[in-house]
Amino acid sequence: MAKKINLIIDGIPVTVDEGTTILQAAKLLNIHIPTLCYHDDLCIAGNCRVCVVEMKGARTLPASCAMPVAEGMEIMTNTIKVRTARKHIIDLLLSEHNAKCTTCYKNGNCELQNLASEYKISDPMFIDLVPHKNYQMDAYSPSIIKDDSKCIRCQRCVRTCEELQHVSALGVAYKGEKMKISTFFENPMFEVVCTNCGQCVNRCPTGALIERNYIDEVWEAIYNPDKHVVVQTAPAVRVALGEDLGFEPGEIVTGKMVSALRRLGFDSVLDTDFTADLTIMEEGFELLGRLRKALVDKDTSVKLPMATSCSPGWIKFIEHTYPEYLENLSTCKSPQQMFGALAKTYYAQKRNLDPAKVVSVSIMPCTAKKFEADRPEMRSSGYKDVDYVLTTRELAIMIKQAGIEFNALAESHCDSIMGDSTGAAVIFGATGGVMEAALRTAYEVVTGREVPFDGLNITPVRGMEGVREASVKIENAAPDWKFLEGAVLKTVVAHGLTNAKKVMDAVKSGKGDWHFIEIMACPGGCIGGGGQPIPTNAEIRQKRAEAIYREDAGMKIRKSHENPEVIAIYKEFLHEPNGHKSHELLHTHYKERQRY
Amino acid sequence: MSNNFLRRVDLIFDQDCNLKDILKSTYQRANDDIINELLESGLKGRGGAGFPTALKWKFTSEQADPDKYIVCNADEGEPGTFKDREILFKVPQKVFGGMAICAKVINAKEGFLYLRGEYRFLLPELEKQLDAFHKVINEIGVNFKIKIIMGSGAYICGEESALFESMEGDRGEPRNKPPYPTVSGFRKKPTVINNVETLVYSFMIFRYGARKFKELGTADSRGSKVFSISGDTPKPGIYELELGMSVEQFVDEFGDGDTKAVQVGGASGFCVPRKKFKDTIIGFEGVPTGGSMMLFNSSRSMYNVLKNYLEFFEEESCGQCTPCRVGCQQLKLGIEAVKKGERHAAYLEQLQKLAQTMKITAKCGLGQSVANSFFSIVENFKEEMIY
Ligand code: SF4
Ligand code: SF4
Ligand code: SF4
Ligand code: SF4
Ligand code: FES
Repeated sequence: MAKKINLIIDGIPVTVDEGTTILQAAKLLNIHIPTLCYHDDLCIAGNCRVCVVEMKGARTLPASCAMPVAEGMEIMTNTIKVRTARKHIIDLLLSEHNAKCTTCYKNGNCELQNLASEYKISDPMFIDLVPHKNYQMDAYSPSIIKDDSKCIRCQRCVRTCEELQHVSALGVAYKGEKMKISTFFENPMFEVVCTNCGQCVNRCPTGALIERNYIDEVWEAIYNPDKHVVVQTAPAVRVALGEDLGFEPGEIVTGKMVSALRRLGFDSVLDTDFTADLTIMEEGFELLGRLRKALVDKDTSVKLPMATSCSPGWIKFIEHTYPEYLENLSTCKSPQQMFGALAKTYYAQKRNLDPAKVVSVSIMPCTAKKFEADRPEMRSSGYKDVDYVLTTRELAIMIKQAGIEFNALAESHCDSIMGDSTGAAVIFGATGGVMEAALRTAYEVVTGREVPFDGLNITPVRGMEGVREASVKIENAAPDWKFLEGAVLKTVVAHGLTNAKKVMDAVKSGKGDWHFIEIMACPGGCIGGGGQPIPTNAEIRQKRAEAIYREDAGMKIRKSHENPEVIAIYKEFLHEPNGHKSHELLHTHYKERQRY
Repeated sequence: MSNNFLRRVDLIFDQDCNLKDILKSTYQRANDDIINELLESGLKGRGGAGFPTALKWKFTSEQADPDKYIVCNADEGEPGTFKDREILFKVPQKVFGGMAICAKVINAKEGFLYLRGEYRFLLPELEKQLDAFHKVINEIGVNFKIKIIMGSGAYICGEESALFESMEGDRGEPRNKPPYPTVSGFRKKPTVINNVETLVYSFMIFRYGARKFKELGTADSRGSKVFSISGDTPKPGIYELELGMSVEQFVDEFGDGDTKAVQVGGASGFCVPRKKFKDTIIGFEGVPTGGSMMLFNSSRSMYNVLKNYLEFFEEESCGQCTPCRVGCQQLKLGIEAVKKGERHAAYLEQLQKLAQTMKITAKCGLGQSVANSFFSIVENFKEEMIY
């Protein structure tokens, strides 16, 4: 048991575990200390210094986020000394900052702005340094815009990219007044190892890192009477969107979201969940096909383990970091891209539309999806499969712009043709979800029975542990699948690229003898995606994940192969999973990329 | 020191000593005994902060971790300081000897000399000396090795935790403290980090005994210390002097009759104006110093002196913490604006408040010490700042 430490904060005694910081101890007493460089998900930096407090007997004001408690400590969080110091620090940050808040994309959701308001920095004390700086704006990436003039050098992004993602696309360059956040050789984000995951965007407290937004383009399409605009929404959006519109984390707002999208003027409100189900069919059969080739045909060229390919952040990571394993990726496109390809083929045919006039928009928890939609591989419909990708945050902005009172909306359902979904699709939003959904279908295809877990809930793959393994033994296989009789299907799930690296290194060293790997680039999977409402932290991810599983449990149909629209599309259009037509539209290949 | 004369001392440079004998006899003593002798001597770190050297060794020796290190900080970067270079050039064996004694006390198998990038020219000779030293160590049957690591040329890497980061191959940014190096230093292991001069003196204390060292100096500032003296003086150079002299005594000896101010402790130190020469002691009871002493005569513009310092800090700040990174820029632009008349003279008070904030909120000693020169120059030479 941890040693207990007694201290006094603002006159209130408190007892906490050894190793607790002053900031955490104060939180227990509901004493709020402002922070900027601190983030729940990241290691301590202690470099902004706005969290300073007074400590009896100390010459200096320690940063409460970085100072561990000690027996008998006496802390004052709100003395005139503390307030003056904080005000100076905020003032200093503002002097270096392009504080055109009215025209900033982050206006209203900026931690620096909030602090400036709290401390009423109305008349800047110091000299404006902005004209002295040679600030650069990097707006070349389809996903992420980096504006150094808004950066407060808190290094949250640097820590995110290094600790959570093991990418280290961002680093600190230069010292002194020139110190800045930069990339390798100061190349644009578009040209470096960045995976576009947006985790840094999600943690940046200011407007220095933002998603490239396509709100105006989408409004334009909606208001163009010539265009038929379809929208798809990813499973992780509906459990998080509410947070930007006045709901608590973990509130499911599917019905209201659909109504809002209709009110925004989309011609058809459809569901990425439909193609999530389709992905399970394609990917499940692809896996079974690979297993058959390896086990029955003894084909040694078959690549196993097979890895999921629905997270574009992960795809770009493997392209840069483990290109020798590209063939292990499932050839399935992500649900977003499958949807895009079908929107301009199957959907257009059924609705009798000229595909050139169909605009396909997707709402994603993800900034990497913007990059994915722009990939040259993603034009198998003959057009750009997905025209515009908006993040959850952008959708919330559009809803507010439209003056819709989200709260008061009635709930409604998606339109038909690619609007139906199952519980299996819903759980795609959380880490482990693809694996669980795939197992539900694959096991049943092979054995004719439901997967032997309590009520379809494959709990070993759920949760927030970085790497999780699960195995299923195949018993009483159907005649077609006898070659799998008695086989133990070994799977592993990882989320956050640092964990992806662990799994890939295990595969590389031969220690990981799995058949199927699910990797999601973001912590928690898409519920923790880089396009999700800010803040995102462990507690919030947990709530969103719980909401996902609640939604699944409440669905009538919980297995992808039972989705009636999926059954229909195979009958009418694709003919069979993993078949010729599917490969034309729904599968793809990726390419090796240099690390530098 | 009771008389009025400045006492030259010669504890480290010319006195020869037998490294082998001293190490041999010291290695036979109990660690407690060694620490007590060092404690008795009253030796404080010669970098300027003045932490008792014996306590640093003691705390580190008490850590349970089996891997510990002794690091010699030879990243001398303070403008106007070149005494470590002189010590390493003239008496490197004594520095290694100090490291070896510390290694015994804390039980370290490895030591590192972190050498300032600009001192690369010393490297071949130092390597040779190190070979000789390792031979001696071998002969007396001690398992201890010293490696030399070259610094990257950033001033901040002289800050001990930034130095560790740099040694580990990372960007030289100071760490949060606590934990202190005695608990978590190089490779997050308990580490004693002493500067060159401190190690030389530790070694010499075991040559002369604590008593002789203690007889020198004052109650707060024991012993002697090496100064590098520059600026407007007829006698620039390196001198070893007894601690406890007043600035007046110092100026009598080294000034040119026209001295209007002495900068004690370099850019991060204090500026003492003529009217305070008499009452200011050079030492921990007055103005502490890492050893840099700069004399300014009346032809100097103290505005330019301060501006130079601020330009130096503005560039050498690691940039990670707000008060230092932005504060330095504001102080520099601020005095320029006042001088040009773009801001009212009262703005200087605003800047002094800012300097005060930097002093208490910056993450490391660099940002915290900018206020020293700023305050002492602005306060004492206000007219020069304005007109
Ligand atoms: S988007 Fe992801 S990979 Fe790119 S810099 Fe940000 S955290 Fe790193
Ligand atoms: S880009 Fe954002 S997260 Fe990164 S240092 Fe700047 S303000 Fe902080
Ligand atoms: S985990 Fe989800 S949100 Fe994150 S990069 Fe992958 S698809 Fe995007
Ligand atoms: S005080 Fe200056 S040098 Fe020290 S950590 Fe802060 S910015 Fe870096
Ligand atoms: S929040 Fe503590 S120093 Fe930044």
